[in-house]
Amino acid sequence: MTSSKWLTVVASVAVLAFGVAACGDSDDEATGSGSDLSGSIRIDGSSTVAPLTEAVAEQFEAENSDVRVTVGTSGTGGGFEKFCAGETDISDASRAIEPEEVAACKENGVVNEEVRVASDALTVVVNPENPVNCLTVEQLGAVWGPDSELSNWSQIPGLEEEFDEELALFGPGTDSGTFDYFTEEINGEEGASRKDYNNVGENDNATVTGVQGSPGGMGYFGFSFYQENEGTLKALEVDGGKGCVAPSSETAQNDAYVPLSRPLFIYPSADALKKPEVKAFVDFYLDNANAVAESVGFIPLTDEQLQLSKGAAAKLG
Amino acid sequence: MNARTGTGAVEPAGGSPRRLQAPGPRYGEKAIHGLLALCGVLSVLTTTAIVISLVGPTIGFFEIVPVGDFFFGTDWTPQFEPPSFGVLAIVAGTFNVALWGMLFAIPIGLGAAIYLSEYAAPRVRKTVKPVLEILAGIPTVAIGFFAATFILPEIIQPLWPGELFGGAVGKPFLALAAGLGIGLMIVPIIASISEDAMSAVPNGLREGAYAMGATKLKVATRVVFPAALSGIVASIVLAISRAVGETMIVLLAAGSTPNFTLNPVEPIQAMTAYIGVTATGDISTGSLDYKSVFSVGALLFAITLVMNMISIRLVRRYREVYE
Amino acid sequence: MTGPGAAAPRNRLATAGARATTQAMLRNQPRGDVIRNTAFAGLLLLAILIALAGLLALLIQAFAKGSSALSLDLFTNPPSTAFPEKAGFRPAIIGSLELIAGVILFVIPVGIGAALYLEEYADKTRWWNRLIEVNIQNLAAVPSIIYGILGLAFIVRGPFDLGFILAAGSLTLALLVLPMVIIAAREAIRAVPDSIRQGSLALGATKWQTIRRQVLPASVPGIATGVILAVSRALGETAPLLLVGATVFVTFDPTPFSPDGYSAMPVQIFNYAVRPQEEFQALAAAGIIVMLIVLLAMNSFAIWLRNRYEQRW
Repeated sequence: MTSSKWLTVVASVAVLAFGVAACGDSDDEATGSGSDLSGSIRIDGSSTVAPLTEAVAEQFEAENSDVRVTVGTSGTGGGFEKFCAGETDISDASRAIEPEEVAACKENGVVNEEVRVASDALTVVVNPENPVNCLTVEQLGAVWGPDSELSNWSQIPGLEEEFDEELALFGPGTDSGTFDYFTEEINGEEGASRKDYNNVGENDNATVTGVQGSPGGMGYFGFSFYQENEGTLKALEVDGGKGCVAPSSETAQNDAYVPLSRPLFIYPSADALKKPEVKAFVDFYLDNANAVAESVGFIPLTDEQLQLSKGAAAKLG
Repeated sequence: MNARTGTGAVEPAGGSPRRLQAPGPRYGEKAIHGLLALCGVLSVLTTTAIVISLVGPTIGFFEIVPVGDFFFGTDWTPQFEPPSFGVLAIVAGTFNVALWGMLFAIPIGLGAAIYLSEYAAPRVRKTVKPVLEILAGIPTVAIGFFAATFILPEIIQPLWPGELFGGAVGKPFLALAAGLGIGLMIVPIIASISEDAMSAVPNGLREGAYAMGATKLKVATRVVFPAALSGIVASIVLAISRAVGETMIVLLAAGSTPNFTLNPVEPIQAMTAYIGVTATGDISTGSLDYKSVFSVGALLFAITLVMNMISIRLVRRYREVYE
Repeated sequence: MTGPGAAAPRNRLATAGARATTQAMLRNQPRGDVIRNTAFAGLLLLAILIALAGLLALLIQAFAKGSSALSLDLFTNPPSTAFPEKAGFRPAIIGSLELIAGVILFVIPVGIGAALYLEEYADKTRWWNRLIEVNIQNLAAVPSIIYGILGLAFIVRGPFDLGFILAAGSLTLALLVLPMVIIAAREAIRAVPDSIRQGSLALGATKWQTIRRQVLPASVPGIATGVILAVSRALGETAPLLLVGATVFVTFDPTPFSPDGYSAMPVQIFNYAVRPQEEFQALAAAGIIVMLIVLLAMNSFAIWLRNRYEQRW
């Protein structure tokens, strides 16, 4: 074949591929696996809740192969922005919706409900060699606060144990819901934090390796990361005013682990729930959330909490 | 297949006697000329679009953040309370990584180029050159992954002398890791273009030097290298440009902590990484954070533009024309 | 291609002989020189070896890390958060293929068109033509993430307002690699000797006929090589796609115009790479292996094409 024929072949293959792909959209009518639900569900929001939603979506799609679920991770705030603009069907959130967001949704006629799907225990981890067992919220604030200049464990006010090691701090990036929650609860204001810590961005694994590698290391992330590294990291107990409490499923569920136990939500919109596939998805979510939560590393809801959530979803659609 | 024009398409020999003048304006030809010109103009349109998309939000940004704070501040913490917008922190991060990358890539790249051009047997050259081009084709996400999961823990952390500059151990991100990754990425650029430039030096110059008793070392360094200087310099500036504009390697290996330092064993945040992380993260359109993405983008664009202009001018100045 | 290696064997022998004679006449080379020369050659060799060692280390490490996840499932399974052992790259692979199909569709006509205009039609003294040339050179050096910003502000939102669809990503990537194609095409067109053109015009062909029947066919190998290299670049680009919405979690096969989102290989790899669990790290490495194999195949094809069809005038 001459070279110009080559080029024609390549170009036609490209056109063909594009065309087939573009027309392949009409697969929706193909036989599914025993379900006649079809359509698409658009979910966006917290990157903390996303793994849970993704796992549920996978299983849902396995049973309903004509439904397409997309899960984005623009962050809790970014997710609400799209949600209140009507661009998504469900919003994942690692915190409750804020007044400005409520107003925006109301303005655009997006009726929604808060549906709790799981809980998380924000865990503060230190190096296993660290003798400290428990820190109060005030002490954590002294370390992580925006004006903090502490550089050594021995400088922490009111510390009982003797520990003369340099502080090596690891934390998530500023666009993380975990960061928002931690700073709000510990420092009193979302975004208020000292600036000179090791910012691991989205890569919580870097916190793990960082704290493991520094005797004076301290970091914070979701409970699942601690669970995966239980042998090589030590979780601090946190005293939120009622004594030192260690993070665990029980203490998160019965709200004993304060203030760092946080609820995780999805916010479906009433309009979306009118679509049968979305309604089926939300029902499926609540029926399976607890089973999936454990495998993804979250803390499942109690029966009472689950009933409340189902009630909220029913109220909406 | 060329019945494009209406009037008098020229017939091959053997028909009625042809006029020497064109029978009339060929509209088809003009149409094609116009179509092709449109394709060419697209590049100008692209640049215009880039400038427009950057300028609007940047102006909005500077309505809130004083220009002096932006250009001379060294604290880049846009999402903290209260936010600080000193861009020098992330500019330093970018150049930190680019610096170590160039320090690695220039000797390696030029060494490879000189070897391939002056010392290597033709067979060696034929096999090694394509291999280097493979290195050029590796996706940056793969190099970034390699930098974060191999260069950092297996090369830098074990080999770094103790507490020098603060030590490398215990840090999940290091500027040097990204720097070496970027260096590896740009070695082929320097090697390939410099080698082409050196090969283009006429053999006569070499032969003349050899005839006068010069050693191979002298010929390579005193004759060929200066003669190919324009190409070599162009390759280096192009490499710096690539290093400054690289996103994935710094995202994966250098971290997200804005840090006003040239220290190789510290985590830093590059301008590109800031744009990448912020634009995909949790910010609302129209907010100050959102606009900061564009202002940083505008600065990045301006920097690479200036470097490109410099490279073109340098090439023009040092180009030696043969015969 | 000039260079010492390309000289005829007889020439090199002559040079070597002359040098040896001169050396013999002048007695030995000063020892310092010999040492310096050998050391220098050694350093150069070291430089090449370091570069090659780096490449080798990268490949070996990717294989080592990813071998546990390598299986045919990678190509057929969708990504999975709950079951990393079953996770694969299928939507990302399909997404990437569709993306580059779109890139090829855009870049071939526009790139060749622009190159033809600049080489055959443009009056180089006019300021607007020089502006076009300068623009192309600059655009080739613009960081890829700026193209992402362009895509986000202009194609996804802004005037085109396509939304976060695969076609938008394709267009963004196409703009990114267009300068490369134009430059390669210009080189190929420029390499066609003027005599061919003159001959064709002398026989009465119009300018377009000359281009279509003489210049273009002769420059196709060079253009094809440029297109393939540009496409390999587009295949590996991550940063612009991050900004134009290559959502990571899609389990279905993406299509160009569907608003449900899409994914691409490098973005999927990136997302796996930042997850801490070992299985995802292995998946990221496996994805890298798949991409490297595809890119190696493409680049080898481009090199073969260049060697096979390169015309010597």
